[in-house]
Amino acid sequence: MTVANDILSPPTPGGSARSAPAGLPGAQVPRRANWAWLGLLPFAFFAALFLILPIVYLVTGAFQTPDGAFTFDNLIALTGSAIAASYMLSIKLSLVSALFGAVAGLLLSWALVLGGLPRWVRGAFVTFSGVASNFAGIPLAFAFIATLGRLGIVTVLMRDVFGFNLYGAGFNLFSFWGLALTYLYFQLPLMVLIITPALDGLKNEWREAAESLGASHAQYWRMVALPVLAPSILGCFLLLFANAFGTLATVYALTGSQFDVVPIMLFAQIRGNVLYNPNLGYALALGMILIAGFSNILYLVLRSRAERWRA
Amino acid sequence: MKISRIVALIIVLIAASFFLVPLYATFQFSLQMLRGQWSLQAYRSVFSDPQFLSTLSYSAVASLAAIVISTLIIVPTTYWVRLKMPRVKPFMEFITLLPLIIPPIVIVFGYLRLYGSDSMLPLTVSTAGTNVMLVIGYATLSLPYVFRSVDNGMQTLDIRTLTEAAEILGASRATIIFRVILPNLRAAIVSGAFLTFSISFGEFVFASLLNRPAFGPYLVQIGQDRAYEPAALAVLSFALTWACMVLMQIFANAKPGTSARRRPAALFPFARRKTA
Amino acid sequence: MSFLTITKASKSYGANTVVREFDLSVGKGEFISFLGPSGCGKTTVLRMIAGFETPSAGRITIDNRDVTLTAPNRRRIGMVFQAYALFPNMTVADNVAFGLKVAGADRATIDARVKEMLALIHLDHLAERYPYQMSGGQQQRVALARALAPKPQVLLLDEPLSALDAKIRVSLREEIRAIQKQLGITTVFVTHDQEEALSISDRIVVMNGGRADQIGTPFEIYNQPATRFVASFVGTLNLIDVTVVDPATGLVKIGEQTIALKDVLAASAGQTVTLALRPESGSILDGARGDTALTGEVVSSNFLGSVVRTRMRVGESLISFDMFNSPGFAPPALGERVTLRFSAADLLVIRD
Ligand SMILES: Nc1ncnc2c1ncn2[C@@H]1O[C@H](COP(=O)(O)OP(=O)(O)OP(=O)(O)O)[C@@H](O)[C@H]1O
Ligand SMILES: [Mg+2]
Repeated sequence: MTVANDILSPPTPGGSARSAPAGLPGAQVPRRANWAWLGLLPFAFFAALFLILPIVYLVTGAFQTPDGAFTFDNLIALTGSAIAASYMLSIKLSLVSALFGAVAGLLLSWALVLGGLPRWVRGAFVTFSGVASNFAGIPLAFAFIATLGRLGIVTVLMRDVFGFNLYGAGFNLFSFWGLALTYLYFQLPLMVLIITPALDGLKNEWREAAESLGASHAQYWRMVALPVLAPSILGCFLLLFANAFGTLATVYALTGSQFDVVPIMLFAQIRGNVLYNPNLGYALALGMILIAGFSNILYLVLRSRAERWRA
Repeated sequence: MKISRIVALIIVLIAASFFLVPLYATFQFSLQMLRGQWSLQAYRSVFSDPQFLSTLSYSAVASLAAIVISTLIIVPTTYWVRLKMPRVKPFMEFITLLPLIIPPIVIVFGYLRLYGSDSMLPLTVSTAGTNVMLVIGYATLSLPYVFRSVDNGMQTLDIRTLTEAAEILGASRATIIFRVILPNLRAAIVSGAFLTFSISFGEFVFASLLNRPAFGPYLVQIGQDRAYEPAALAVLSFALTWACMVLMQIFANAKPGTSARRRPAALFPFARRKTA
Repeated sequence: MSFLTITKASKSYGANTVVREFDLSVGKGEFISFLGPSGCGKTTVLRMIAGFETPSAGRITIDNRDVTLTAPNRRRIGMVFQAYALFPNMTVADNVAFGLKVAGADRATIDARVKEMLALIHLDHLAERYPYQMSGGQQQRVALARALAPKPQVLLLDEPLSALDAKIRVSLREEIRAIQKQLGITTVFVTHDQEEALSISDRIVVMNGGRADQIGTPFEIYNQPATRFVASFVGTLNLIDVTVVDPATGLVKIGEQTIALKDVLAASAGQTVTLALRPESGSILDGARGDTALTGEVVSSNFLGSVVRTRMRVGESLISFDMFNSPGFAPPALGERVTLRFSAADLLVIRD
């Protein structure tokens, strides 16, 4: 029927169907608009039930007592020493891994895009990055254990061939810095994937214009290239931060429940291993939503700014 | 000029070793199960474990089911929105972005509380219900990837013109969707599917908290009990991820004019750019 | 005295030589255009002057200083690009100030100069805008101001107008020329649009395959093309192949008709030479003057507004001619035989 309507209905003068004078038998037009909404139902239904509602449930639960009364106690409990320490640890780990990922990723992308190397090098790295950025979680932890664990190939090689005891020197894969290094394996490729297009967007003419105006290489980078890239870099940094903040499986496979980042703490809460208080759990989840949501939204804002410049 | 090239070369070499050393070390480690010789014993051990195959196939089936569900939800809706309600599109983009923003553990926590024993829809009390819950969870996680790749596919297809052309020829809406749109979108759908698969076959958080016999929890178990098998499993997982990504890329490029080559968009939806 | 000289400059990429033995000297304050088809090496020569490419051979001097190997940022060159290339992170004022800033000028000097430059391009009111908030024409004017602000010795413009639409192209090229004259700055302007080159240049370099085919004033280039390439690239010249009958008296044959040239020919009888004739140099009206006539059959006649362009066949050659439209003038009909009268002095002998 819609087909027939589309073909048969006369073109509405003046464009919009809404501008048809009231009183005319224009009922057909609004009804069609109503039908159109029906097409959204399956998706809307699914998204509401399995995405929106669970989140809303947790967020409201964070403000309730177990009996359903309104309270700020759960949020206040978040500032308790154990939980606050856990957030601090998570934030610190995410910041460090995002910082290293962003800096290393930027350097690598620079080398790939502007380093004057053959094109296949770039192709190889980008393809590999696509894989590595998705190679997170438990297998990644295994790989690092096999490499840098106490009996890992590299650890043993250093000890036997170079006489250098990594662990004796203070390194420990199952510690903060070990985790940060492991995270780098998916953070760095992620950074490469998102920042290379931004580096591509640096126009050659900008460099030439700057040079012809008397600028040195350093001046060009300080006054033009880096400011142009800044929103992209900052945005990517936030994205890496959020990415690290939500990481659970990698930590869990490396350190079990020992290393108390927020996702691990929530995981333990849900498992019921620790004092089981669902409403405190809700508050924990709310904290995660806020941190992840905030950094992602800021990322999107910064990205749209970067795109505006690129036009 | 020369210097920058040398610096670039050094950076690339360092990065390459950072990427490749763990892979090589894991591989070598996986061959050392038998003392004093190279062997594939760890792999033999993995494959002879009935749990390996059962959990892997469980996860594969769950992933495939999730892919089917999210495809069934996303394709018609995206088509409909593009055709009839373009104004809804930013909203849909935002919703499908949520699973990337909200950490998975938060989502599954919500499921456990919302669909537990005293819920109207007590999915997590029966085994069958929990299986469904897991599939739904994976489908939710896959929304961003499936939506982006389908949406990109429709963009290059110009489905509006295609639909109008079919309508003028007198085709019904169903005919259009099943005979015109879907066959043309196959590459985009398959490409999104491989990405989804690579993410969900080793997924841990959902499977573990829903207590399902999936591959992710199995991996953790092996990691705690064994020494060499985890390395073998890591190698296998990496190979599987690699295969999925390569297949995804191939399908993402299948359409002429998609130009998704080395475009991170297909890999990571945030990076989607308006590529001309 | 020439201010900018290029001596026997060549540039090769591997085995591919894109500029060959290019010679040019530009006087102070002169406005030179490079004109030529795509890929003929205009940009390459310009980039060698700017220092972005190093010549494979040859020398470049500016103000008697050899700059062949000088880095671009030490050459005091102003450059304007086809795609504007404004720094997107800076306002108009900051863009214009850039060259002064990197040179370490003080705040007051910079502000004064920026003001002066923005006044020059009539964009004072947009000083705080960002490039993405402006039209292409405005951006290109800012790019011009940015290039001029540090008082460069030479201004280079690489097809600065080709990204703009036709109307702005004309008004901006006049503005560029006016500013150039006002500042008296030595300028090299690249274009592939012959009308553009003819209308604003002091001299034009017509380039072909990496070489300068002819260097001359617009008048010379247009009226006395030295080579067949220049003749065909500039304007809409008729190129007529004729057979020499008698070199000493300048007698040549077109099809069955014989005409006499003004000059002695440097070719022997029986050889083929090419003559050029401007479309506007003849008339078919009764009583038209001219010592030479050619009769042919009309193959097309197009009404172009102010002129009527007619083509006729004479022997093997097609000759077009333009006549002003007037109420009394009836365009010739197809197949009609007409006689075109013109002065033999308008016929040029072209070398290949
Ligand atoms: N970096 C390079 N490597 C190899 N060949 C090049 C390079 N740069 C330019 N060329 C070649 O040199 C020739 C001249 O190029 P150039 O850019 O100077 O032409 P142009 O006259 O400016 O043309 P257009 O009007 O299209 O801008 C072209 O054939 C081009 O392919
Ligand atoms: Mg050019």
